Amino acid sequence: MPTPARTPRLSAHDRARRSAHDQVGLPGTAFPGVDPRWSRVVLAPDADGMTRRWHVLDNGPLLEAAGTPVRGTVLAVHGNPTWSYLWRRVLEQAPPGWRVVAVDQLGMGWSERPGRPRTLAQRVDDLGGLTDALGLTGPVVALVHDWGGPVGLGWALAHRDDLAAVVLTNTAVHQPVEHAAPAVIRLARAPMLLARVCRTTPAFVRATTALSRPALPRDVRDAFAAPYASARRRDAVADFVRDIPFEDDHPSRPALDAVAEGVRGLDVPALLVWGPRDPVFSQRYLEDLVQRLPHADVHVCPTASHLVLEDSPEAVGTVWEWAQQHVPGPGEGAGGTRDDRSSPRREATGDRDGSPRPAGVATVPVRVDRSRPDETAVVELGGAQPRRVTFGELGERVEAVARGLAGRGVRPGDRVAVLVPPGIDLTTVVYAVWRLGAVVVIADAGLGLGRLGAALRGAGPRHVVGVAPALAPAAPTRVPGQRIRVDGAGTALAGLAAEGARSDGPLPEGLDEDADGAVLFTSGATGPPKGVVYTRRALGAQVALLRDTFGFGPGERFVAAFAPFALYGPALGLPSAVPDMDVTAPHTLTAAALARAVEAVGASMVFAAPAALRNVVATAGSLTAAEREVLARPRLVLSAGAPVPTDLLHEVRAVLPGAQTQTPYGMTEALPVATHDPTAPGPAAGPGAGTDGEHPGAGVCVGRPVPGVEVGIAVLDPLGVPAEDLQTAPGVAGEIVVRGPHVKDRYDRRWGAQQRSARPAGWHRTGDVGSLDDQGRLWVEGRLAHVVTTPAGPVTPYPVEERVRRLDGVADVAVVGVGPAGTQLVVLVLVPTERGGPLARATGAPHGSAALAAPELAARARAAAGVPVAAVLVREWLPVDVRHASKVDRTALAGWAEGVLHGGRRRRRGGAPRTRSR
Amino acid sequence: MSGPSPGRVLVTGASGMLGGAVADLLAARGWEVTVMQRRPSGGRHRELLGDIRDADAVYRAVTGQDAVVHLAAKVDVVGAWRDFVDINVRGTRRVIEGLRAQGGGRLVQVSSPSVAHTGRSLIGAGAGPATPMRARGHYARTKAAAELFALEADSDALPTTAVRPHLVWGPGDTQLVGRIAERARQGRLALVGTGTALVDTTYVDNAASALVAALERIDVARGQALVVTNGEPRPIGELVGDICRAVGAPAPRLHLPTPLAWGLGAAVEGATALSGRVPGVPTITQPPMTRFLAEQLSTAHWFDQRRTREVLDWRPTVTIDEGLSRL
Repeated sequence: MPTPARTPRLSAHDRARRSAHDQVGLPGTAFPGVDPRWSRVVLAPDADGMTRRWHVLDNGPLLEAAGTPVRGTVLAVHGNPTWSYLWRRVLEQAPPGWRVVAVDQLGMGWSERPGRPRTLAQRVDDLGGLTDALGLTGPVVALVHDWGGPVGLGWALAHRDDLAAVVLTNTAVHQPVEHAAPAVIRLARAPMLLARVCRTTPAFVRATTALSRPALPRDVRDAFAAPYASARRRDAVADFVRDIPFEDDHPSRPALDAVAEGVRGLDVPALLVWGPRDPVFSQRYLEDLVQRLPHADVHVCPTASHLVLEDSPEAVGTVWEWAQQHVPGPGEGAGGTRDDRSSPRREATGDRDGSPRPAGVATVPVRVDRSRPDETAVVELGGAQPRRVTFGELGERVEAVARGLAGRGVRPGDRVAVLVPPGIDLTTVVYAVWRLGAVVVIADAGLGLGRLGAALRGAGPRHVVGVAPALAPAAPTRVPGQRIRVDGAGTALAGLAAEGARSDGPLPEGLDEDADGAVLFTSGATGPPKGVVYTRRALGAQVALLRDTFGFGPGERFVAAFAPFALYGPALGLPSAVPDMDVTAPHTLTAAALARAVEAVGASMVFAAPAALRNVVATAGSLTAAEREVLARPRLVLSAGAPVPTDLLHEVRAVLPGAQTQTPYGMTEALPVATHDPTAPGPAAGPGAGTDGEHPGAGVCVGRPVPGVEVGIAVLDPLGVPAEDLQTAPGVAGEIVVRGPHVKDRYDRRWGAQQRSARPAGWHRTGDVGSLDDQGRLWVEGRLAHVVTTPAGPVTPYPVEERVRRLDGVADVAVVGVGPAGTQLVVLVLVPTERGGPLARATGAPHGSAALAAPELAARARAAAGVPVAAVLVREWLPVDVRHASKVDRTALAGWAEGVLHGGRRRRRGGAPRTRSR
Repeated sequence: MSGPSPGRVLVTGASGMLGGAVADLLAARGWEVTVMQRRPSGGRHRELLGDIRDADAVYRAVTGQDAVVHLAAKVDVVGAWRDFVDINVRGTRRVIEGLRAQGGGRLVQVSSPSVAHTGRSLIGAGAGPATPMRARGHYARTKAAAELFALEADSDALPTTAVRPHLVWGPGDTQLVGRIAERARQGRLALVGTGTALVDTTYVDNAASALVAALERIDVARGQALVVTNGEPRPIGELVGDICRAVGAPAPRLHLPTPLAWGLGAAVEGATALSGRVPGVPTITQPPMTRFLAEQLSTAHWFDQRRTREVLDWRPTVTIDEGLSRL
């Protein structure tokens, strides 16, 4: 803007502020993590042409002194009330040739106090003046946080020629008038409070660094507050809050709107790094940015709050990894990574690995097979009367509900969270969503309310379809999206279907099979639940793989006590029965309920989780002769979701004598990978079982990879880190890596996790360790995270456990490691068959030295283990993870063992809730 | 045989279990061994009688040697500070000065992990720097100072390394095994705390072979301290029980809560300080408990052996179980 001749603006009051309150540049004190050589003061004209003294952290002079050419520059803009200190790790971890210029905005940090409030438009121009003075040219990556977002993005829009990419961290560019402002900011802006909260007291400055859980170290909090030590040094903090345009007629409203609209046109690569626990920039702002930058990669740090790079410092590495991938180096040509960006309706396509999917793979479209319309599709045995629906009725109901959903605004590509209990209604809604080309988001109620809410919220659904009891908790857990209730009066869904029947709008045809189809969630046994995105094609491939692997043929029917597979009956044209049980609590399935379900459809197959089978076996004693006869009919029992003990399967075969017991191996990201019947003649466990001498110490056989699925092994180094290369040589243990048409497309909004898991491109790193034998069978030896890294090399848990479990007097065993990685010790935790006293039974863990196994038992266990064992401990029961109630929670167990063996009362924070079993 | 051709070596403190084992092993590997101690030991090595507190005796013993393995030390848990300094710190300096006076030679300073132990648990720990001001007890403090002097002396002419074997035991051991057996037979053996703390120990043959490896690989090992253990940490309660069983003594039944043991240790230390000075208080030479001992027996302390094994190109050859069977 043209700059008129200036009249001095400093008032007498302003002049008095000079001196101590106007220090520019880093003071002499050291700030943790800051190299003082980065600090410099730069003179540059502001928006009005007045020369200002800026403080910046800039590694440019160091690069220049070292003669390193600049490959790219990150321009980092902090928000309010922080300063360039926020970006110290970005400077510290800068890859070779990368310059980082982290500015202190005028009036903030250690830059000049300009004496007047600065508007957004001025701040954007101020920054331009500074970058001109610095001679900053492309390629530039704009990195912004908080209200530095509109400033930095305003700069980015004005410097398109130099701009190579943008990285946004917990920020916003849009503040709709009709929406409530963040409560914290609203509070701070209340006229009576503003001055006090932001200026007179350091409350706002301190509050910003108090949001983190766990708390930031004291010296870091002090460093953030250091430039704002006096009320006068905090002037701009209050001014900044005042400059947020919540009102239509706010002076900065046009500037913010211009940035918000301009961002829609930004076609440079974009990365959104987000801390979802931010009370200020909540999920709503992330959704707004995702919608403006549909090509953006999203990296959510699930435990982080507002200061996302403080709470999840490892995300700094992710930012650099991303920047190096997306900003071409010299001679690589600009924009080379952009050409695979696709339609804006598809969210976050950027975090796909971009690898070619195997072509020509059989898929079964995910729609209701209506070739036999009069045949029963689903029978639900939960209520007073069994509920039945034929394929024809189901197909029509799906069409009607789809129209109903379309009428409520559901569009292709929209994410629809479905909170409906398994059964006919769930099946109907899911197929209706697929019919619309929308994306179902399904979380298992077994996650628990808090994690369920976090999972759904993180997926950012645009709509939530649910029955009232399920929708109710969605409100307090702040899941976004339009609520669609489906249980108005009488039968659920009837209302929606009636709405649909009245509408005659066309449903979409020719849907893109490579579009997203579903977001499911990992169990989160080893961390917060991660969203897993499947394309429609991958869902169809999964259906086809299940059909071909298990020989689902015409005329077959099944009992669906395991939710994931139950949904696929209608697509395959296979009738199914939902037994009378709480499907979200597998252990509620009784033998009698199973018999009734088998009889209801004449089932030839039973799909059930191990916990369900355990209860079936436990309740088999009360079966009538007729029920026993019914249970002799099924030819196949399929059990997935957790490792299934062979003993249990033998017991299952006693109850279902006609059935083969298949246990598919796989995970949320890829299911099935392999399948196996442990009760069939052949190897059940390692050589100790006396079945397989050629594959010593092998763990649990999960069978051969199913057709169409490839398995590779990434060998572990001494620290337990898997190699990049894969191999298939028999007998070599390492991380199990799989590829197939049904493998996940990507982790949802976890760019970093996706990068780590999809290596090589198109493969999926399972996090399991194991090996292949000379007959191509896969043996699982445990979880990568549970490998004990001893000085003699990595020790995988299952083979040791298999050997010790066979000892007399041992009911169960788990192997855990204690001590630092690379020099860990193997510890055996045994559950003896002889139980302890009541106190021990209640707590699981005996007190004091009672935790040491008796000498005789310890000696036998050490001898059987096959690896050096530091200690043999005993417990009454082993903790198991909450979701499956069958996987031993080795992380919790290792924490307990550490406490016992290393003394002290160290308590482990966080982690999954623990339940007991066994 | 690895390393350079053997030469003449002086072993100080060879009357102890470890010193004797080192002297025997060195001789077996062709070294020409001289041992030095205060009283005739009746061993099969060339023997010089002398006190490490006697500078002339030390210089005479060192002169003409290619190497010294210096074990002589005051290891008691009680005693006068000046005695610890004279034997442990000045004794080491006398050996160094003796080697310097004759133009050099190799020095293996036998040290202790306690020189870097400040009372907290050591979990997979490396060989931290010796800290005379923070180590616990007279023994550890003076050994820490001695180790610093020894490593400071390291030079091309006088290549020096410090080896810290942790809790050495074996047949004929009067310290660990002997005391455990004696107390157990008297029914006075108590475990401090829960007895579940993981503790590293070293079977005497392994400690000896590590010291010999340090001497023979001094070109690689010089200038640093290395902790030596069996690399088989065990819960202290299990280990004590195993030792009792191995020597045919009853297993411990008493458990002393850690705070009680610590308080008891403090009281005993006070009484010990008074003993001999105050009429009527008997002289205490082997106190049943000190704070240092209470910590040693109730906190985990085990070590990362990767670097030691790499530097010394050495592995323990006798496992704990084999060692127990030889008691």
